Amino acid sequence: MLRSLQIEPEKCTGCLQCEMACSYQAEGVFNPSKSRIKIFSFHEEGRFVPYTCTQCTEAWCMHACPVEAIVLNEATGAKEVIDDICVGCKVCTIACPFGTVNYNQDAGTVYKCDLCGGDPECAKACPTQAITYVDSDHGGLERMRAHAAQNLPQDSAQT
Amino acid sequence: MSWTRNVLRVNLSNGSITHEPLNMQWANDYLGQRGLATKYLVEEIDPKCDALSPENKMIMTTGPLTGTMASTAGRYSVVTKSPLTGAIACSNSGGYFGNEMKNAGWDMIILEGKSPTPVYLYIENDKAELIPADDLWGKSAWETDELIHSKHQDPMLRIAVVGRAAEKGCLFSAIVNDLHRAAGRSGVGTVMASKNVKAVVLRGTKGVGGISDPAKFFKATEDGKKVLAENAVTGEGLPALGTQVLMNVINEVGALPTHNHREVQFDGASKISGEAMLEVRASDGKANLTTNGACFGCTIACQRISTVDKNHFTVKDKPQYQGNSGGLEFENAWSLGTDCGVDDLDAVTFANFLCNEDAVDPISLGATIAAAMELFEEGAITVKETGGMELKFGSAEALVWATEVTVKGEGFGLDLGMGSKRLCEKYGRPEFSMTVKGQEFPAYDPRGIQGIGLAYATSNRGACHLRGYTVASEILGIPEKTDPLVTEGKAALVKAFQDATAVVDSAGICVFTTFAWTLEDIAPQIDAACEGDWSAERCLEVGERIWNMEREFNLAAGLTAMDDTLPKRLLKDIAAKTGPAKGRVNDLGQMLPEYYQLRGWTPEGVPTDETRMRLGL
Repeated sequence: MLRSLQIEPEKCTGCLQCEMACSYQAEGVFNPSKSRIKIFSFHEEGRFVPYTCTQCTEAWCMHACPVEAIVLNEATGAKEVIDDICVGCKVCTIACPFGTVNYNQDAGTVYKCDLCGGDPECAKACPTQAITYVDSDHGGLERMRAHAAQNLPQDSAQT
Repeated sequence: MSWTRNVLRVNLSNGSITHEPLNMQWANDYLGQRGLATKYLVEEIDPKCDALSPENKMIMTTGPLTGTMASTAGRYSVVTKSPLTGAIACSNSGGYFGNEMKNAGWDMIILEGKSPTPVYLYIENDKAELIPADDLWGKSAWETDELIHSKHQDPMLRIAVVGRAAEKGCLFSAIVNDLHRAAGRSGVGTVMASKNVKAVVLRGTKGVGGISDPAKFFKATEDGKKVLAENAVTGEGLPALGTQVLMNVINEVGALPTHNHREVQFDGASKISGEAMLEVRASDGKANLTTNGACFGCTIACQRISTVDKNHFTVKDKPQYQGNSGGLEFENAWSLGTDCGVDDLDAVTFANFLCNEDAVDPISLGATIAAAMELFEEGAITVKETGGMELKFGSAEALVWATEVTVKGEGFGLDLGMGSKRLCEKYGRPEFSMTVKGQEFPAYDPRGIQGIGLAYATSNRGACHLRGYTVASEILGIPEKTDPLVTEGKAALVKAFQDATAVVDSAGICVFTTFAWTLEDIAPQIDAACEGDWSAERCLEVGERIWNMEREFNLAAGLTAMDDTLPKRLLKDIAAKTGPAKGRVNDLGQMLPEYYQLRGWTPEGVPTDETRMRLGL
């Protein structure tokens, strides 16, 4: 069963524990500027929104790469960058409609979310379950359940 | 390690910027942040210097845990000599600035001298430069933040900035970072502005590493987060209601100073409480509170993100104030609301937005306005001084007007900007000033909570709840319940809280963790991150050393035991009129001598040679 990162912005507090966990896993230091997942703070609106790669099936980045440095991990569904092959041309960063593949000037290669090989650190670090790692086929399950619950008689709706 | 071991020194007078290694001997003795930066300050400045002269220095400083995954580990402090009190100042802030400073590779940024013209300090990792800020001078903190972001075309900059109040000499000006987090108290912003520095701008991409024992660190920090999540205050109360969870509680115990401390309970408390912030408004179907938020790394998330009702008179024709900003914390709701007798939630929220916008300490501002309202009531201030404004207790219009003129430094706002002590002296009624060492009281009344009176009287930075929050024990029962109306045992309680808090403030974490954490929870996190053995006992000794070092700075600056006192109103003149403390004043005299003794100080409040030797001072 494939899993996907499920993001619920209304639960996010903007603490950046996910960014630290991500960067530590990938870089060995706590470095939000190198995190694959980013939290956006909308001051006026009073909202925090996590954003990262959704691992598109027909991934623009993967198709755009001229040297086939971005490959599918069949076990996780992640599109992973092979650092040794990447030449740092950045075409994938242009191709991605969502901006979730980025260039790392220190390394000379691009980087993106690889789902930590199937055990994403961001989801584990999130203190409010704004980021969870769920069955890819049922990302909407909790929302469906919430709507379904509205049809219950009032006194049992909280179960 | 976990210190970056690097200090950035900026001489504003001659523009030189140098790098130097952190003094690791001092780091071993004083840990970091509050303790370590204070050590630097006491070694480098004359305690008697004028706080607003070039001889004073201002240090921005992180702790060894800042920027790590330990919960709440995003804190930084600003250490300097205070222009409000003449004592040591150390103001702590959250947001994302502290983490960015660590990521740029700095434990400490020392600003010395005075720039001949307005500048801002721009730091990108190792690179630091002073950039002219003539075009930013005269702008609010919010405008400055926006202009710097747009000038550098970099939305990821983290910026700490002073507003118009600081430029005009308001003695309780703060430094605001990330638009609504503040190094709030004691006028640290006034010092920054006196050096002609408008902002410190950071971009750090180095990462925070060097964790001494990563496996142990992740275990210790995970354990710590679990304790916070499972605690009723840090896991439920603070996320849901913020510090405003306290408004109704403190009112009920009769320790909510009202009308410039003439009363200890406020009829309108529930209208400006945390619970009231959740009530849906009729006008737009929204509540005052939009959401809670977290500072960097914080798994508690007590921040209030709020809006003012669009139809309220304060923002009706001002769309720029109709969005969200940092909302009411208990202290601000108390000072701007309760102490001024104002129970209009929108007006108080708006006044707080203005404090965010121009980087002013809302505790000192509200308490000073309350003093001015009493002066007005007594006829010592008239409409002649206020330009026609009826400065009456309970008037939302008066509160908002007084806030506006103070944050902009206009007219009577310049008088208010001197703080309550100087204001009351100027208008001939010094007894109206509710201050210790010139700093305004926070939201807990020493008649209803005896121990906090001793904590205020002996606080090294003047009246302050964050130097020894005995309210935790006396009201909330943390770590164990003591009777708020009893003085026995409070000297030891105050000392224990003061020493432990000095460690927390030196580590890079937030003092709110101590609703759930003791040093037994904190020490293992420091121990795993840093070299050497950091037991709870060693941490406590460091805390005591820091407290005594701060005390010695204050003594050298000219303060004495005479300054370890409370206003007569609380000791003698006005007993609590209502509530559980009815008839009580604060019995400071029963606690202070024992406190000096426990501290190892002479009856004159001076650390004895034996104490100095024991602590290695």
